Amino acid sequence: MTFLEKMMQIDRRWIYLAIGLAVIIPAIFSFTAPVSVTPEVKKIYDFVEGLGPNDYLFLAMDYDPSSMAELNPMAEAVLKHAFTKDRKVIIVTLAQFGPGMVEEITTRLANEFSRVRGEDYAFLGYRPYPAITIMLMGTDFRVPFPQDYYGATLDSLPIMRGIKNFNNVKGVIDLTAGNTADFWITYGNGRYNFPLAIGITGVMAADYYQYLQSGQIFGIIPGVKGAAEYERLIDMPGQGMQQVSYQVVAHAVIILFIVISNVAYFATRKQKSTTGGAR
Amino acid sequence: MAKKLVILLFLVALLAGIPLAQDAAEDATGPPESIPAPPMNVTVTDRANDAGHGLIIRWGLSPDDGAGVNNIAFYEVFRSSSPDTGFISRGVVPKGGKEYIDFDETVPSEENPNPNYMPVNSTWYYRIQALTDKQVPSQFTDIVSGTTVEDWIHTGKIPIGVVAIVFTIFLLIFIASARKGKTMYVRPLAGINAVDDAIGRATEMGKPILYILGLGTAGDIATIAGFTILSRVAKRTAEYQTKVIVPVQDPVVLAVAQETVRTAYLEAGRPDQYNPDNVFFVTSMQFPYVAAVNGIMLRERPATNFYMGVFYAESLILAETGNIAGSIQISGTDQVAQLPFFVAATDYTLIGEELYAASAYLSQEPVQLGTLKAQDYTKAIVILYIIMGAIAITAGWTLLKNLVTINL
Amino acid sequence: MKREIPLMIVMVTGIIMFLQYFFPGRFLFIPFISSEKLFEFLNDWVMVIGILSLPLGIWSLVKANVNKLKVPDERFYSAVLLLGFLVMVISGWMPDWRTKGVHLALFQNVLIPIQATIFSLLAFFVASAAYRAFRARSVLATILLLTAFIIMFRLIPLGPIAGINSWLVEKILTIPNMAAKRAIAMGIALGATATAIKIILGIERTYMGRD
Repeated sequence: MTFLEKMMQIDRRWIYLAIGLAVIIPAIFSFTAPVSVTPEVKKIYDFVEGLGPNDYLFLAMDYDPSSMAELNPMAEAVLKHAFTKDRKVIIVTLAQFGPGMVEEITTRLANEFSRVRGEDYAFLGYRPYPAITIMLMGTDFRVPFPQDYYGATLDSLPIMRGIKNFNNVKGVIDLTAGNTADFWITYGNGRYNFPLAIGITGVMAADYYQYLQSGQIFGIIPGVKGAAEYERLIDMPGQGMQQVSYQVVAHAVIILFIVISNVAYFATRKQKSTTGGAR
Repeated sequence: MAKKLVILLFLVALLAGIPLAQDAAEDATGPPESIPAPPMNVTVTDRANDAGHGLIIRWGLSPDDGAGVNNIAFYEVFRSSSPDTGFISRGVVPKGGKEYIDFDETVPSEENPNPNYMPVNSTWYYRIQALTDKQVPSQFTDIVSGTTVEDWIHTGKIPIGVVAIVFTIFLLIFIASARKGKTMYVRPLAGINAVDDAIGRATEMGKPILYILGLGTAGDIATIAGFTILSRVAKRTAEYQTKVIVPVQDPVVLAVAQETVRTAYLEAGRPDQYNPDNVFFVTSMQFPYVAAVNGIMLRERPATNFYMGVFYAESLILAETGNIAGSIQISGTDQVAQLPFFVAATDYTLIGEELYAASAYLSQEPVQLGTLKAQDYTKAIVILYIIMGAIAITAGWTLLKNLVTINL
Repeated sequence: MKREIPLMIVMVTGIIMFLQYFFPGRFLFIPFISSEKLFEFLNDWVMVIGILSLPLGIWSLVKANVNKLKVPDERFYSAVLLLGFLVMVISGWMPDWRTKGVHLALFQNVLIPIQATIFSLLAFFVASAAYRAFRARSVLATILLLTAFIIMFRLIPLGPIAGINSWLVEKILTIPNMAAKRAIAMGIALGATATAIKIILGIERTYMGRD
């Protein structure tokens, strides 16, 4: 069997090994991959950057631990941006296994940036049935969330004084790995007309450009690359920039394998046609 | 005398110092903020398409909002049940805002007295004031009132109802036409045509068939379509005496899947061969389910894998593991994001509505084919409407667009 | 009657839920039936049925794996499953273990990393699927291959042609990609509506089984 024929039928474990090395080597010899900022991420950055002292950001972290590798970087980037600008953030999660993870991130970043819970940010907790919860929040946050995650009534929190529903927040950013974005678009933006942006996994991004074009959302943070773009904009490199360097190498390896497989395919096809006859 | 002079000088200095002190104080805090102008033209209307528990308060921007002194930070809305007293703050709207929706449908109870409840046909009085960021308030606007009214039907959703009814009528017409014996052509689907061959392959190899219904619930249309195909597949496997393994992710889906397979074996005339342990629950969580199914694939080495239902990120993991196990794979899902993975990794893929149409293809029942034709004709009408609508909008006519605009 | 009664229940509740969507206040102007309360009531029953069916699922899981303990090839995996099942149930049930956080520790330190591990298999499988699938066997396959290259090159530093590549990516995502997704979504919507109407009208009955 020629080399090219072997490449056509390569044992997939060699491919797995190559991908494994493609991810491990950048982790050991770290480098910063150049990241160009796309307009859809810039719009979200501009939105948070443009928040005034009395403006509130509503952040829905609707993902659970299985997606945190891809969505935590963008969550941290947005929160860091809001906290460094001293802007008020209201956080919820509509993912069943999300609360513990969201609590850990918000507490850690709040401590890092000296933000006070109840004054600078509030974490309201989790409720099931996203569509119903969003519609109820549209009337009053206190209906689905009479208390925050820690058991304090919303009225006792200084940050929630005068804040009733989506009328009182400047906009909503939803971070999700599932179909919660559809609920926010339909029942949130569709019903209450607030500015909505989403952060989603890379594989989902292609599905949501249609909403960007129609104006139902004003920005998208697509996966790890989007998180890296946001980190570049706020000039705080984090997990996003780190992971995108792995992605760059892994993509390069995949492209290389595809090129090899096509070269092998065409070469073996040509060989068969020149030697001729049925096999 | 000197003493009196000193006292006099002291008093003069004291009096002279007061304006100096005032100047100093002003320098420290700035000149007193001017009182902003209130908003204008306040109106209160009933909130449309609701159960009668909401009002919308609208106003024109204060002259000092974005212009004039430009010191408005937000507007505060006050409400009372009487025009004279008892006004309480209902909420604030940031500067630039011209509307506030006042809404409360939580009926008071012993646990939650809810004094803000707005019953149907109740009249409420509103006034608004503008505030600066230093909380300097404007004068209140005149008091305006509004009454909550219950809306019988949600007019914003009427286009949905009309389309649903028209589509149902189409369905019934084509079903009636099919029942009368009219032949209906449907284009061949490679995935459906391969089902019988795939089952035959499993029988020849003496290996089982693995049928995955996905991660949906029994209420998902894709899962229901999966049940339909499972019924046909199970009937064939019963006839060929091939084992079919159906691991499920939802307990309700388990109950329906067991019943579906049992019925299929009954219809094939082999009820004794039905083994309920072949249709079993694994776990409700996504990746543990994937891990379990992968393990089954690598141990049982099924000849054929069917993936019919709702799939998320696990679609490629399942398909590639099936590839490793050497199975022929037929997939179908309505999750658009997962279709590329199935197209790349499985042998045949039913894309979106082809999954729903599979039951018609497999049964060739006239009624089922009739519904397919109804879908096709409706799609043709939708395409025509889109083209006409695009031309109309370009020409400046918004009627076609307004007819299908939905306000939730 | 055994088949007619469930079909009637499906038809009546299906029509009620369809009509409920259009009535914001009282359902069909019946004074004592609030449309929203009706929706919540029926949704609550969906939750109740889901929870009641959970013991059924657990029984199926335990029974199937206890039976597999007798099969030499399956014994080990079934034993591990049953052991894990028992540990999680006991750690969540025993008050001491619960208050000491044993259950939570097992969830956070065992289950979550394992889930992340399974998810990370995607990276390897994407590579092997791409190696196998992206071959220029035909014109359409070549177009697919070239599109995949353009999208993947978005991350790779391409120097002077990075700008052109970004422009191409944006055009591909916003024009042909969206056109295809909207078309598929429209077909799915019609298919789903047709299937739902067939179920409500009793034309589609495979979910019901037969005696």
